[in-house]
Amino acid sequence: MDLNIIWFILITVLLSVYAILDGFDFGVGILHIGAKTEEEKRILMNSIGPVWDGNEVWLLAGGGSIFAAFPFVYGTVFSAFYLAIYLLLLALFFRAISFEFRGKVESAKWKKFWDFSFEFGSFLPPILLGVAFGNILRGLPLNENRIFVGSFIELLNPYSILIGILTFVIFLMQASIYLTHKTEGKLQEKYERLAVNFWVAFIILYVIATVATLFVSKFLFIGITKSVIFWFLFILFLFSIIMIPVNLKTKNNKRAFLFSSMTIFTLIGISAVSLFPKFVPSLIDLNYSWDIYNASSTPKTLTTMLIIALIGMPFVIFYTIFIYRVFKGKTVLTKDSY
Amino acid sequence: MELEFLSRLQFAITVGFHFIFPPITIGLALMLVIIEWIGWKKNDNEYIKLGKFFAKILAVTFAVGVASGLVMVLQFGTNWARYSVFVGDIFGAPLAAEAVFAFFLESTFLGLYLFGRNKVSKGVHWFSILMVTIGSMISAFWILVANSWQQTPAGFAIQNITTGEIIKDIIPGKGYDPTQYRAVLTDFWAAVFNPTTLNRFIHVILASFITGSLVLAGSCAYIILKIKRNYKNNDTEIPDDDKQTINIAEKGLKKGLILGLIFSLLQLFPSGHEHSRDVFKYQQSKFAATQGLYHSTNGARLLLFGLLTGDSIPQIKAEISIPGLLSFLVSGDFNARIKGMEEIPAENRPPMWLPFVSYHNMVILGMLFIAINAWGVLQIFRKKLLSGKKYLRILFLFIPLPVIASEFGWIAAEVGRQPWTVYNILRTKDSFSNIVPIEQVWLTLILFSVIYLVMLFVYIFIFMRELKHAPVILKEKI
Repeated sequence: MDLNIIWFILITVLLSVYAILDGFDFGVGILHIGAKTEEEKRILMNSIGPVWDGNEVWLLAGGGSIFAAFPFVYGTVFSAFYLAIYLLLLALFFRAISFEFRGKVESAKWKKFWDFSFEFGSFLPPILLGVAFGNILRGLPLNENRIFVGSFIELLNPYSILIGILTFVIFLMQASIYLTHKTEGKLQEKYERLAVNFWVAFIILYVIATVATLFVSKFLFIGITKSVIFWFLFILFLFSIIMIPVNLKTKNNKRAFLFSSMTIFTLIGISAVSLFPKFVPSLIDLNYSWDIYNASSTPKTLTTMLIIALIGMPFVIFYTIFIYRVFKGKTVLTKDSY
Repeated sequence: MELEFLSRLQFAITVGFHFIFPPITIGLALMLVIIEWIGWKKNDNEYIKLGKFFAKILAVTFAVGVASGLVMVLQFGTNWARYSVFVGDIFGAPLAAEAVFAFFLESTFLGLYLFGRNKVSKGVHWFSILMVTIGSMISAFWILVANSWQQTPAGFAIQNITTGEIIKDIIPGKGYDPTQYRAVLTDFWAAVFNPTTLNRFIHVILASFITGSLVLAGSCAYIILKIKRNYKNNDTEIPDDDKQTINIAEKGLKKGLILGLIFSLLQLFPSGHEHSRDVFKYQQSKFAATQGLYHSTNGARLLLFGLLTGDSIPQIKAEISIPGLLSFLVSGDFNARIKGMEEIPAENRPPMWLPFVSYHNMVILGMLFIAINAWGVLQIFRKKLLSGKKYLRILFLFIPLPVIASEFGWIAAEVGRQPWTVYNILRTKDSFSNIVPIEQVWLTLILFSVIYLVMLFVYIFIFMRELKHAPVILKEKI
């Protein structure tokens, strides 16, 4: 295993953890739209209050790692997705400040505006991230110099939109399960019901998306059945999916959440294994793709970054777990809440 | 040309907006470390109340900083793709370090600090604000490593992308084409501690500390004025609970003034002095621009006041200056020769007016910070701090000035670096994303400018609202 492969795996892991963590943040924001009372709204917002900011850092870490380890991918993809990225930033911008601003003024109009900005800011990113991911799986129009020659409208193709919707539903499932763990009484029952519904919707969409991928991106399936890692992830994926409703039924909501997270992790893992060693496939000719070798930084930089990650990440994992333990259990509204 | 200009404008607006908040966050976090420490160790309720109040302002500031910071990071890829590819191999490590060592630390512990007051022990709670402060300082360090590397690149080589060949002799001032060449890391520590990193870091951190101490002092001054106004300045009428609030605010005010004086003196000397010498030594074109020196001069004057006019050959009008002092300050010799802009090849010259004006306004503001804090400390010794309303009012009005000073310093540093993104290596005109349709840049530029402007007003509105409520909040029982 060389440095390029290690960094491909690390970036996959970073983006998976991001999807798992900010996934439930976004989902909670979308479910906020359906919240009936002021109390429910506040419980939803405060259920992610202490952690949303830390969760979003994983996006920075993932994006930063792509910049650092595969600068050619960063330059190509981010400028190609120009408008999409700005839409994402717009959404994240309003979402981030809505937490702090909402409770600062006692006025119905004020709260309504920041409710809307929180919901809008949570609604848009899953779709955008999904569409972006769909476009990577489908391949981008890269010419012989590996330069993007498409347009914004082409990015909104049916396949990518399908992946966008799939992502949206996964995050809703993830958030509903998270909330079954964070709420009690009637609210808990509500989210238990919703969790099962989104689980069913996810299965249906997943099957459709897999069939669509067979038609759109055949190259993803070439040789994959020979990969041990693929089968390992795939079996883990199936097992996790089944274990979600099993655990919801026995009211083991925390475990259901772990399996939902595992579902997301394995799903992204499977996509990464299918892409490997390509990073950004070219629609025009697969030989024009950016892969983990022609897009990477030098071994010196990859090594330095690896050392930094190995020193720093154990601390990050340690105190992240610590924080989740401090704020474990049901969300209770207090004077310090949002 | 137009796309280049729009990309620059958008980057400047994004960073200019973002840079309002981190100095407040870093400085205020440090103030809170001190306040919460006293509150914890002496079990002093007054300090705990003060801490709780400023924690709210910290939270709002941090949120806007994070939101705008994300735009900044992704903007490298969206609008500066060619630059990103050119520097990716160098920037990789500092950015990774910033995320791993700083971002996780500050945002995770901020959550604990804001929400954990009654959930963890007092010691752990204090530790969490300490970690927020350290995290935000580490963050500043790594981003300034990247920034300093752009100003004074070191520890790198230039590589031909297609052949993989390393160029033997780098020619400064030539400009490399990022579709053919890129910078690659050869020495990590040399790149991190490039010639200007440390002085730049100290300068920015001190600026943040000055900001924090003035936010603390100015806010406390406002709270005192607000309460006194309710009793028409007749101090004998003030009830005990309000007197106690004044007492709390006075403690914050004194801490802010004393720390502010120390930080603003250190900022002038040695920090500002050393930083200027760095610029003189490593970036002569920027030095000439900030000092308004077109002609090379023996025994150059230190300008105290002047108006820069003229385009091709700039001139200083209404000049007040001390002869020879600039030469002395940068080299220790009153007669030393200082290179003027005329010696820089025309295609490598930065604009003069903007760096000149920004630099000098920054210096003027820096002097004012020394003055206002020194006066306050003097009043503390004369035990007359709360007697005059005028001084407290001025102190309140000073709150935004350190932020403006930081912005001036940043403008001088970055415009003075032009026409390069990486000084003497990569030109700005070769750095921006040339595949992005110009209408899209127009769209995002206008949209985000409007949002930033509105958000700035909302931020100030909330800040003021919190301040107005402070006398009530500080009265509440814990």
